[in-house]
Amino acid sequence: MLPVRSKMSKRMIQNLAESICKKPIHFNKREVECLIREFHALLEEPASSARSVGGLDRWKLRSFLHNAFGLTNDTIMDGVFRTFDKDNDGLVSLKEWIEGLSVVLRGTLDERIKYCFHVYDLNADKYITREEMLQMLRYSLRLPGEEDPYDGIKDLVEITLKRMDHDHDDRLSLDDFTKSVKEVNHVLEAFGTCLPNTTRIETFQQRVFQSQVHG
Amino acid sequence: MGTLLTKVAKWSSEDKLDSTALNSLLLKDIMLFVEDFSALHPHEAEILFEEPLQWNSTLVASDFEADYDINESGEVESQEKDENGCPTLELSPPNISVRNFNQLSNLMNMENDKRLQEVQACIEGKCFDHLVGFESHLHLKSFNQQHGISNHGLILAFRLNPAFVDQEVEYLQGFCGSGENRVLKSVQYTSDYEYPNGCRAPLWRQIEGEMCYLVIEPYDTETLYITCSSAGVFLNLGVKDEGDDGAYKQASEVFKNVVTLLKNKSQLFAENLTSQETKCHIFLFPPPFFFFRKSQLQPGEVFSETSSESDQSYEEEEQPARRQRNTDYPSEYWQIQKLVKYLRAGDQTATLLTLYALMDYDLTHETYHLAMQDSGGLKVLTNILHLDEVNLQLGSLQILRDISHNAQTRRAIVDNGGLRSIVNVLDSRNKDVKALAAETIANLTSFRRARRTVRKYNGISKLAKLLDCAPDLANVDAKQEKDVEVARFGVLALWSCSRSPKNKEAIHKAGGVPLLGRLLKSPQMNMLIPVVGILQNCADEESCKDAIQTEGMIKDLVQNLSNDNDELRIHCANVIFKCAENKRTRTLVNENKGLQALVSLLGKTDNKKLMAAATGAIWKCSLSPENLDVFQEHKVLETLIGLLTNQPEEVLVNVVGALAEFAQKPANKITIRKCGGLKPLVHLLVGRNEPLLVNVTRVVEACATDLDNMAIIQELDAIRWVWSLLKNPNPEVQSSAAWALCPCIENAKEAGEMVSTLMGAMELVIDLLKSTNDDVLASMCAVIAKIAKDKYNLAVLTDYEVVSLLAKLTDKPGDLLRCHLAQAIAQCCTWRNNRAAFGEAGVVPHLALYLKSSDMKVRHSTVMALHQLSKESNNCVIMHSEGVVKPLIHFMGSDDEKVRNAAADCVRNIRLLFPGQSRAKKSTPCM
Repeated sequence: MLPVRSKMSKRMIQNLAESICKKPIHFNKREVECLIREFHALLEEPASSARSVGGLDRWKLRSFLHNAFGLTNDTIMDGVFRTFDKDNDGLVSLKEWIEGLSVVLRGTLDERIKYCFHVYDLNADKYITREEMLQMLRYSLRLPGEEDPYDGIKDLVEITLKRMDHDHDDRLSLDDFTKSVKEVNHVLEAFGTCLPNTTRIETFQQRVFQSQVHG
Repeated sequence: MGTLLTKVAKWSSEDKLDSTALNSLLLKDIMLFVEDFSALHPHEAEILFEEPLQWNSTLVASDFEADYDINESGEVESQEKDENGCPTLELSPPNISVRNFNQLSNLMNMENDKRLQEVQACIEGKCFDHLVGFESHLHLKSFNQQHGISNHGLILAFRLNPAFVDQEVEYLQGFCGSGENRVLKSVQYTSDYEYPNGCRAPLWRQIEGEMCYLVIEPYDTETLYITCSSAGVFLNLGVKDEGDDGAYKQASEVFKNVVTLLKNKSQLFAENLTSQETKCHIFLFPPPFFFFRKSQLQPGEVFSETSSESDQSYEEEEQPARRQRNTDYPSEYWQIQKLVKYLRAGDQTATLLTLYALMDYDLTHETYHLAMQDSGGLKVLTNILHLDEVNLQLGSLQILRDISHNAQTRRAIVDNGGLRSIVNVLDSRNKDVKALAAETIANLTSFRRARRTVRKYNGISKLAKLLDCAPDLANVDAKQEKDVEVARFGVLALWSCSRSPKNKEAIHKAGGVPLLGRLLKSPQMNMLIPVVGILQNCADEESCKDAIQTEGMIKDLVQNLSNDNDELRIHCANVIFKCAENKRTRTLVNENKGLQALVSLLGKTDNKKLMAAATGAIWKCSLSPENLDVFQEHKVLETLIGLLTNQPEEVLVNVVGALAEFAQKPANKITIRKCGGLKPLVHLLVGRNEPLLVNVTRVVEACATDLDNMAIIQELDAIRWVWSLLKNPNPEVQSSAAWALCPCIENAKEAGEMVSTLMGAMELVIDLLKSTNDDVLASMCAVIAKIAKDKYNLAVLTDYEVVSLLAKLTDKPGDLLRCHLAQAIAQCCTWRNNRAAFGEAGVVPHLALYLKSSDMKVRHSTVMALHQLSKESNNCVIMHSEGVVKPLIHFMGSDDEKVRNAAADCVRNIRLLFPGQSRAKKSTPCM
């Protein structure tokens, strides 16, 4: 990682950080600088200049999510990629990455609710439907000895949908989801883990932000 | 119950139980039943047995915690008393006597492994036989209370049911056949068709309560046609199939079941059955499901469940419960069972959703608890806590917190080892988890075993750690707010835990008291009340009392006395009550204007708890004379005297205790008289509350030194009352009454005559000279010294062998006893014969030793006694040889004139004998 950093001039990183900091994010300028270096380390390519339009593709982000945040479910990780990739260009740019991390690491409850909802809204139609839930939860519940291995999970999805669907349109809107999570906080990640736990968050921040202090 | 047990259990000999699996199962069952009884039926648990249960116990005094009074000889009495003031539990090892279920439950909740042993010993003592009468009484009472109907309701509760008959038939069919050991040819139902309710009788007969008909062919008599109805079993006129109506008529008396009927009708069956009886009863014995069913019942059904222990209706009530299990429960029951299955099988996300679904039910409803217990859901919930997943922990804890309001579930959680898991997550890094876990623990620790479990797994120190939140509770910033909230739940949990004495110690050891001192500055009422509540509980521990004072909490406590919240004030006043025996604490209360605050609480006469706490604090604070002056300014004495009437005993004890302190000042004695306090005080001498009696006699003792008071006391015939308190079994009451008698005898008019007219008064005093309690002995000596001033009474005492009794006490240690003993001896010596008798009994060498005592009072009264004794020449010889002359010469220089004269006269008496003796000694060569 250190050699990569050396390729990019300090000045350029500072400029870049300054421009990114104009967005509403939960990092200060110094932290953004660290994240920029981290991003380039992830890209694993000599980012000779900040102008390069490089970005993390689906697989690179996946392996990052897996290594740093311990996520395992592919469907969910695809959802995370889609949420990070706001402009839908198939790559997560530096800006998108930092904005995403801002929510994942330090987001307010509302930000995280929105984030999770996007992740779970697999086809990005602003609703989580019964089918999407089933797809995410497919392997979550296997009852031994049942004829249809999906009986249990179907039942559970019905119960959950019924409970969360406040406007009774048989699908979850962002409002439904927000209401439910505000009611019972810990169902934020109802359909699969898409956020790192406290330990992971701390480890990541320590690694990325503190390396700068010594560097 | 007794009969059933006698039959079912296997007895190796007359009064020993075999150690078989069946027996231990039975014992365990009984243990569990008794253990939960008082929690489930608090009202019934307080009803007294007709006769106490008594057995030989292995328990010792140290097994008992709070709520029990323990004396030095290892005897234990419960603080719970019946209406006559007798304790409901008494232990004088090895005999134990228990008088209600409440105390039995307490025994079963003890923190040791002796519980099973105790149950066994109790049953071997055959004492459950007595219970039968009690139980029917109990059941009747509760049943009628809840139903508001008369006794015929009872019969309904003893009904048979189809399931029970089914079982019996199945059992009897085992006897059928043609082999050698067979006793019955066949046992058949008349109809194979079974209605959905389990009955086989035609519907029009079912209205009559009949369930089915049996045809039984024994070998030794004719075929028996039997009707099984809910009221019992009887012979009919031959119902074969649905035949003519006349056949249904009852043709015999009613038996309680088919087996009894057969025993009665078939000799062969009766003979053969005895050999197999035990087996029969085993299968009739209730399955453990009983406990689940219990919680499902409505309150009105209490009768049937408790009666089940006493006789056969146990099984009868049992069977339908099991049978209808599949149909009876609402659909929620099955949904919850299903969800618990999901919990077991699902991954993290599915578990999260399932917990979410489980939260959506009415967590207070019985069905929920039943389903959770039946499906093992509680165990799963607590196991989830072991996973390092905050969301799951939160979900599980939220459910656990809410369902732990149910007594049955609480026990189930603790029994499953769930409490341990909950204690463990107190270490979590997530504050919500910590808060929820603490809150759940607060709910769970409503019974002793749970509190012990928390301590055992180091829960107390973990909870104490939660208290360490913000440094300044008065100014909390947004960040600290969350910590304060967590601390609040920690406080709630500790409050609940601090009811066990060992936990009080543990809280102190974990450094909890200083942290509580910090929380005491919180402005939040929901924080302050539990904090002071813990302090109140902990203040039973000496070390905690010191800590409360040294951590500067008195100031805050005093301030909170002026709070608007009565509950808070009660706790604060109670803490001061408990701590103010310490002089420094009393001073601190005064310095912080606490006395005024306490005085202002005296106006709250409608809140008895507050009154008791406030008067208690005033009592202890009045131990300091300077505090008395402050109270004087506020006319507290007058107010207290006003409180002598119309107050409950817990208030009176403290009011009178305070009066006893006030009365130490001569001026106050007059006030008490002038305000008419003596009359109500004397009336209190009739009560049975021992602490109250102790305090009243102390006031009488103080007041009797004033002659005008004494006149009134005598007029009210108080001496007789006080004297009769010597009959009280409590040594503290005995001695305190005796101390009160001393000034009474001294100051009463015509005291000698009065004493001699009290029937049996002197016998009482003489009897108590055999007491084992040193305080009692000392006080009795003091009374004797007063009585013996009257010549006639002294003669009576002498007849009762007072001399030898006093002489026996001379080798006992203790300055107080010695001082009064010497006085008593001195007084008794005014009668000549007694002087010689004392000398022969060998008191002089002992008294000679007393002269070396470090206590001046002992030395002085000894001089007086020696002086009296020296009037007998034989005693002088002994005194001389014991070397008393030298110290006596020293006493001739005493400041006290009486002592001076007595010492001089004593030496003179010895000296008068000396010429002859010294001459004799001179002639001996060795001198």
